[in-house]
Amino acid sequence: SQKLSGVTLSNLFVTRGFVSSENAEESGKADSDVYDIIISGGGMVGTAMACSVGFDPNLQGSKILLLEAGSKKEMDKAPDVYSTRVSSISPGSATLLSLGAWDHIVNLRCKPYQKMQVWDACSDALITFDKENLQDEMAYVVENDVIVAALTKQLHALSDQVEVQYRTKVVKYTWPRPYHAVTSIPWVKVTLADGRTLKTKLLIGADGSNSMVRREAGIPTVKWNYDQSAVVAVLHLSEPTENNVAWQRFLPTGPIAMLPLSDRESSLVWSTSHQHAEELLQMDEESFVDAINSAFWSNENQSELVEAAGSLFRAALSFLMPDGTSTRQLPPSVAGVGPKSRVMFPLGMGHASEYIRHRVALIGDAAHRVHPLAGQGANLGFGDVSCLARVLSQAAFNGKDLGEMQHLLEYETERQRHNLPMMAATDLMKRLYSTNAAPMVLLRTLGIQATNALPPLKEQIIAYASK
Amino acid sequence: MYCNTFGRFACRVFRESRFQCPMNKGQGTMSKRLATWTSCKHYKQFLERHLSNLKFMGVATRLVQHVRTVSHSTLDPAEVRKFQAMANKWWDLQGDFAALHSLNDLRVPFIRDNLLNVHSVHPISKPLAGLRILDVGCGGGLLTEPLGRLGAVVLGIDPVEDNVRIAELHASHDPVLQDHVQYRACTLEELADEEEEHFDAVLASEVLEHLADLDTFIHCCHCVLKPGGSLFITTINRTQLSYVSSIVLAEWLLRIVPGGTHDWDKFITPVELERLLESSGFCVESLRGMFYNPACGAWSWQKSTAVNYALHALKQRAEPQQDHIQPESDGLDASAHTDGPHQYNIRTAGRDTHTHTT
Repeated sequence: SQKLSGVTLSNLFVTRGFVSSENAEESGKADSDVYDIIISGGGMVGTAMACSVGFDPNLQGSKILLLEAGSKKEMDKAPDVYSTRVSSISPGSATLLSLGAWDHIVNLRCKPYQKMQVWDACSDALITFDKENLQDEMAYVVENDVIVAALTKQLHALSDQVEVQYRTKVVKYTWPRPYHAVTSIPWVKVTLADGRTLKTKLLIGADGSNSMVRREAGIPTVKWNYDQSAVVAVLHLSEPTENNVAWQRFLPTGPIAMLPLSDRESSLVWSTSHQHAEELLQMDEESFVDAINSAFWSNENQSELVEAAGSLFRAALSFLMPDGTSTRQLPPSVAGVGPKSRVMFPLGMGHASEYIRHRVALIGDAAHRVHPLAGQGANLGFGDVSCLARVLSQAAFNGKDLGEMQHLLEYETERQRHNLPMMAATDLMKRLYSTNAAPMVLLRTLGIQATNALPPLKEQIIAYASK
Repeated sequence: MYCNTFGRFACRVFRESRFQCPMNKGQGTMSKRLATWTSCKHYKQFLERHLSNLKFMGVATRLVQHVRTVSHSTLDPAEVRKFQAMANKWWDLQGDFAALHSLNDLRVPFIRDNLLNVHSVHPISKPLAGLRILDVGCGGGLLTEPLGRLGAVVLGIDPVEDNVRIAELHASHDPVLQDHVQYRACTLEELADEEEEHFDAVLASEVLEHLADLDTFIHCCHCVLKPGGSLFITTINRTQLSYVSSIVLAEWLLRIVPGGTHDWDKFITPVELERLLESSGFCVESLRGMFYNPACGAWSWQKSTAVNYALHALKQRAEPQQDHIQPESDGLDASAHTDGPHQYNIRTAGRDTHTHTT
């Protein structure tokens, strides 16, 4: 019981050691090569983190380093061909990026959309989201390459604040020893492929869903694979339209979504079984286009029982709430596919049970990985960036050591509270819509119709997803 | 309260009496400091012998215990021994000093913001750049390091050499701290001789309640501060509530701090402290109460100073001496001048006469 003296209740749960840590031989003189922050991973989220801390006034004068295994992605103007991987950027993320990068994105290429229609293949139920009067944008569709290039350009303007090393691979991380080993180096050591060793007071892991930082730190992760792969492609529409609507239809095999890229082009995200995804990739262009159009338009999956129940419910709702029903619109038809733009990748869910350790923080896909059906993957990552940047800024203003657990715990608590409900809802939606069974179909039909009839509820959903 | 005042008065009276410490007789000033801790002991015994006579006059015996030993050193040897035993545990964030670590959430912003109010604006990432700060009783450097990171040049002193060693070791790995933070194992009195009017701010955080002689301590703080410099104190009030929370709850029941860390008799009330500061040439600028929540281990500000409080005082700048008698021909009537308190009536056109006493 003597050991418990001085330990508060909250501290009892904060005893996170590392799986393995080595005793450093060197000690004594302070090394001038100690960075304040090293960000491992220069994707969208890692580069955004580097920009945020580089811009922060309280962190001026800190030594910040971004390590990226790939090469520098520069883009002076948008290429003629759209790239396949895109993200739906919420207004909240756009605000974060507005630290200069957003201007570059707008100059390069982005497409705002005002409305979203989500409907079922097994019934007539649908739900539409839109900002009032279609004035404000709901979200923006931006190519991932454009985001990275814009952030890289912004980072270039901060080159005296933030150092970037491209084509740099990390081979090993060495974690700090606990406090009582006073003679050993207290920093995180990063060993690079070329043999150099760097030290840092805080390591931020932004290295994607297969995060090496997370793995080496021994952070337990809850994860499973969906038996689904996503097929992504750039679609050419039959005729130019205003194209300011995002479409998503839940098929029994998985959701198919079309996001607007321009007047004539849209981006396809089709989550389906592995086998079907491979078939889609093998198909010739014409068959592929036919498959897409029929996926959006055909009504063969509907059962009469569900249809009857659905229309009855809809009649009741339209009686109670005249504005609560929407007419179903059809998405634009597809005429062609961008050359060599079909790609597939497997889908899964992952969540790190801890986002932080002493001197380590995870952001973006390293901390959480979601199904693309809600379009939230990148946005959750940007939310992590803005929260962590704020927390670090405040800590620096209070003279704290950046790697201290106290403020990192604040970041973890805030983000887990936001991310977990979102991930749970996404997973629930995915499971709910993965089945053809009549009771589930009925349940989700009525549920969707009811939600559609309640504007306050829809507003809540939009607000939560827009953060 | 009455006993305390009487006790202090009695102390001063006896100090001027013909007490001669047996140890100090015939010894030079060099070894005088070495002997001061023993003179504490002898003085205390002398005091007890004399004051025990007062028992028959019905004066409470706690009188003796309320009185801090008046000596030439502010150190209390028992306190020094106590901290020596705990030296290795400074940087364990969940250990014995956890409450002190979380106290930084209040005291660092308090010090930073008050210094920013007093001094001109500095680059925002290093708000305390250019300031020299002295952290008295720095311990393991818990408060010294954050202030060093904010750009100040900080000297941390502590009489316990183990603490200074731990603090130096902890700061040795960080190049930023190496440039800004320095430690010395010495007492404030030793430093006061060398570093007169050298510092922009002096911090005495969680220190006063462990001292033997407050008067000398405050006087030394006054010596080392530049005119207009700041003195920051955080300490514990001496109330019934503070006895319950700081001794009974914190030490015995909840074990937030190790048993025996604090001695209730050494706590000082804000009123006494203010009086002491103002008589030593300080002007108290702000006083705030602090509250520790043991459930979550966090501190917060509160209005009541009943338990913990923080205080910011400024060293008065020396003003040019004014003659008391300076009758000016226009408007001042010095005819009421007397030998006692000087009085003169200021008569200004159209207003009532004001009587001003110096």
